[in-house]
Amino acid sequence: MSDSNTTSNPTNAGTGQFPAGPPQGKLPPSGGSAVHAVTNVGGQFSAGPPQGKLAPGGGSAVHAVTNVGGQFPAGPPQGKLAPAGGSAVHAVTNVGAKSIGDVILDVKNISLSFGGVNALNDISFDVREHEVRAIIGPNGAGKSSMLNCINGVYVPQQGTISFRGQTFKHMNSHQVATMGIARTFQNLALFKGMSVVDNIMTGRNLRIKSNIFLQALRIGPAQREEEAHREFVEHIVDFLEIQAYRKTPVGQLPYGLQKRVDLGRALAMEPQVLLLDEPMAGMNMEEKQDMSRFILDVNDEYGTTIVLIEHDMGVVMDISDRVVVLDYGKKIGDGTPRQVRENEEVISAYLGTSH
Amino acid sequence: MQTTFPRLLLKHAAERPDAPAMREKEFGIWQALSWRDLLELVADIAGGLHQAGLRRGQHMVVVGSNRPHLYATMLAVQSIGAVPIPLYQDAAGKECVFPINNADVCFAFAEDQEQVDKLLEIREQCPQLAHIFFDDPRGLRKYDEPGLMAIEELMAAGKVYAKQHQDFLKTQAEQAKPDDVAAMFFTSGTTGNPKGVVHTHDSLLDRARAGAAFDKLTNAEEVLAYLPPAWIGQNIFSYAQWLSCGYVVNCPESAATVTIDLKEVGPTYYFAPPRVFEGLLTSVMIRMEDASSFKRKMFQAFMDLAKRVGPDLMDGTAVGLADKLLYKLGDWMVYGPLRNNLGMSRVRVAYTAGEAIGPDLFQFYRSIGVNIKQLYGSTETAVFVCLQPDNAARADTVGLPIAGVEIKVAANGEILVKSPGLLKEYFKNPQATAEVLTHDGWYHTSDAGFIDAHGHLKIIDRVKDVGRIKGGANDGAMFAPKYVENKLKFFPFIKEVVAYGDGRAQVCVMINIDMNAVGNWAERRNLAYAGYGDLAQKPEVYQLIKECVEKVNVDLAADELLAGSQVSRFLVLHKELDADDGELTRTNKVRRGFIADKYQPLVDGLYGGKTEQFIETVVKFEDGRTGSVSATLKIEDSRTFAPVKAAA
Repeated sequence: MSDSNTTSNPTNAGTGQFPAGPPQGKLPPSGGSAVHAVTNVGGQFSAGPPQGKLAPGGGSAVHAVTNVGGQFPAGPPQGKLAPAGGSAVHAVTNVGAKSIGDVILDVKNISLSFGGVNALNDISFDVREHEVRAIIGPNGAGKSSMLNCINGVYVPQQGTISFRGQTFKHMNSHQVATMGIARTFQNLALFKGMSVVDNIMTGRNLRIKSNIFLQALRIGPAQREEEAHREFVEHIVDFLEIQAYRKTPVGQLPYGLQKRVDLGRALAMEPQVLLLDEPMAGMNMEEKQDMSRFILDVNDEYGTTIVLIEHDMGVVMDISDRVVVLDYGKKIGDGTPRQVRENEEVISAYLGTSH
Repeated sequence: MQTTFPRLLLKHAAERPDAPAMREKEFGIWQALSWRDLLELVADIAGGLHQAGLRRGQHMVVVGSNRPHLYATMLAVQSIGAVPIPLYQDAAGKECVFPINNADVCFAFAEDQEQVDKLLEIREQCPQLAHIFFDDPRGLRKYDEPGLMAIEELMAAGKVYAKQHQDFLKTQAEQAKPDDVAAMFFTSGTTGNPKGVVHTHDSLLDRARAGAAFDKLTNAEEVLAYLPPAWIGQNIFSYAQWLSCGYVVNCPESAATVTIDLKEVGPTYYFAPPRVFEGLLTSVMIRMEDASSFKRKMFQAFMDLAKRVGPDLMDGTAVGLADKLLYKLGDWMVYGPLRNNLGMSRVRVAYTAGEAIGPDLFQFYRSIGVNIKQLYGSTETAVFVCLQPDNAARADTVGLPIAGVEIKVAANGEILVKSPGLLKEYFKNPQATAEVLTHDGWYHTSDAGFIDAHGHLKIIDRVKDVGRIKGGANDGAMFAPKYVENKLKFFPFIKEVVAYGDGRAQVCVMINIDMNAVGNWAERRNLAYAGYGDLAQKPEVYQLIKECVEKVNVDLAADELLAGSQVSRFLVLHKELDADDGELTRTNKVRRGFIADKYQPLVDGLYGGKTEQFIETVVKFEDGRTGSVSATLKIEDSRTFAPVKAAA
């Protein structure tokens, strides 16, 4: 992964150089915490030392959880939260370990058309474990369609998608979710009337084992299970720094916070791959910085592989390891942010030269 | 009774090992830390620090918000005879350089990544800063800077050390003497470098005890620690008095959850600067406006009653039987629920200080049964100089001198204090020490004031700020800028004021509107605005502010001494004054001189009789970048009134 070093120098990941669209240069080259986090990204690849410090992967759930939050005072086990029914929470796999691994998701020759409109045209790219992979492109380039194919919402006419060695002609949404692929939505699909905690709890749905009657009565194992899941959700609340809004109905929150809740719900699934559809759309600079930091922290602390669609070039170039560029359903670039930035075809697509 | 902080810790851990010492809300649940656990925590950290090389008499910086680990670290540092220096967690990196180099600090405790980044950023200027211990490891895993270590690691090492050296903490703690230096606080300082205020165990603990005795505090009190630990007030309330009385200190989950945590904890002993009380009240009032008309009317009726009889009931003066019964009813229907909503159901003693509190605000809290009082003190006096007794709290005084304190007023109006809580010295600054501390033990507060007929101290302004009007109709009249500013700031629409008038013919002010209050006001009037700068320059807003200014003028006219300080002209600033731009101190006090220089064209415009003035200013954003804002500001005249002669 020697080619991934571009991100290690945020000043170099200069937003101004790329002749992209409107949101240029919104992420300042130095200063804010988000940018600092960016500096860390570089560190990920400096092979060797950092890995050793990390928690052993796949520990018991409670153990893993402690690492995630990292805030439990050590010594006397203050973790009074650790519920009796801790077994209900499944071991969090790949916690911690963050070094870019093998290909986890491989998209091959995908073509998708709606009637006469070719949304995707023979697209291939791969996603490696633990990396941050961005899909960029102008409006209508087919970015969201691509995510929807991976996610199983759309069925491509041609091509295959492999996840962890298993190859699928088309993905099935439910199956995708159980396999550990979670997503957030461009235009938020939260339950507006429900509280933040309840919304995030819905992300635990697939992991709840007790039956609906026990759950309705909240007795016996169902109660213990709920407590364990609630604890997991509390760690996400802490992680995303939304403690002040636990009980607030999501509809009352500002947009930037709703986006965070959306991310929280996806995280509650303990995904191996997280698909983020324009996580920073419509945000102001401060919110973007926060969101960038959360994405990098998720990637860093949980080791989650991240595939994101984003318009803001500054953000994309700063936080991604590799970038795919789509234009009118075709792939026109693929590589590190620097390679992509220097790609003639990409520049002309973004400059909007005559078609 | 003389003792030290570590001895108090040992005492509580021996006498009440299982009683809670601190609580911290984590993952949605309040987690208690008993005195025994705290002692263990302190012993581990102390062992670790000793092993890392921290020695008696050295200094260690702690920077972060109120967390058990931060308090435990301060205790550990004191236990091994070193001196903790709490720094403001929102101070910029370069502001930390002076304290660290001044005290030759090699050890630091940082709460999280933000604070670690700050310390690493200034490491070049502070090469001796060899060890940085952090509490929250989030985001810090990839850092491999030398000397950076998690507090957990330090504690693990300390645990091993403590095993090898039986009673390490105890023997160390017993070596500390009450008149050893216990802590150092850097004052924000409006000019020049900050000064390190050196306090001994005894100076802090003596005042802590005197304050506790005055208000009969017990070990059953609950306190919410939410102000910066670097500020001596927070240090007294949640550290010195905490250890002195042995009550429970609660650490909020995050800065954003303080109001929620306040309701959950229900503190019995509460401290807040006036702006916090005001913020709480505003949030309630805004919600009240959305209530049904029946509720609004009921609220209004009972609040009128409370305003009439509440303060008297609080002071213990006689009130008619009918009013008494009605108040009881009101307590059940309105005041009780309201106190509960404010998180003040259990408040027995609440203090406010730091700046003047508006009389309406003050009386509001007293009228609904919250025992809010004022106090007078500063970093140099370990806070407690004057306190108001329960039954004699007034908005315009700061109370009676408490046990151990002597007060006198110098010829120039300056308040002089003698008390066991006075600072030992300014660190490495004998000249500054000599300026404030005379040989016969009087501390010069540099506050101007007097003692009123009831023996209560009343503060007017800083001595150096009290000026004279020169020329014009009020030639030679006294001008107390802060007094004028405060009077204006008591209006909810006005957030910040800077008044000028010393050596001038008239008083002019620059005003910052309160975005929330004025924004709300504008919304209710369907007044569209694009942002702060736009709203500030609306003619309607100018009219609103003008009314406020003229009301203040009427008030000032009634006071023979200060009638000359009436405001003749004003303008509303296009940007909010900000500590990041150097316009406010870190404790949010306006820096008048700095602002006058920065906004020179505006001052000239005010005194030059112009009706508008263009201004361009550099601003610093939170991420450290700078930009500039420019605007053309309107300047308006306000009516002044003839002084009312006191009825003879």
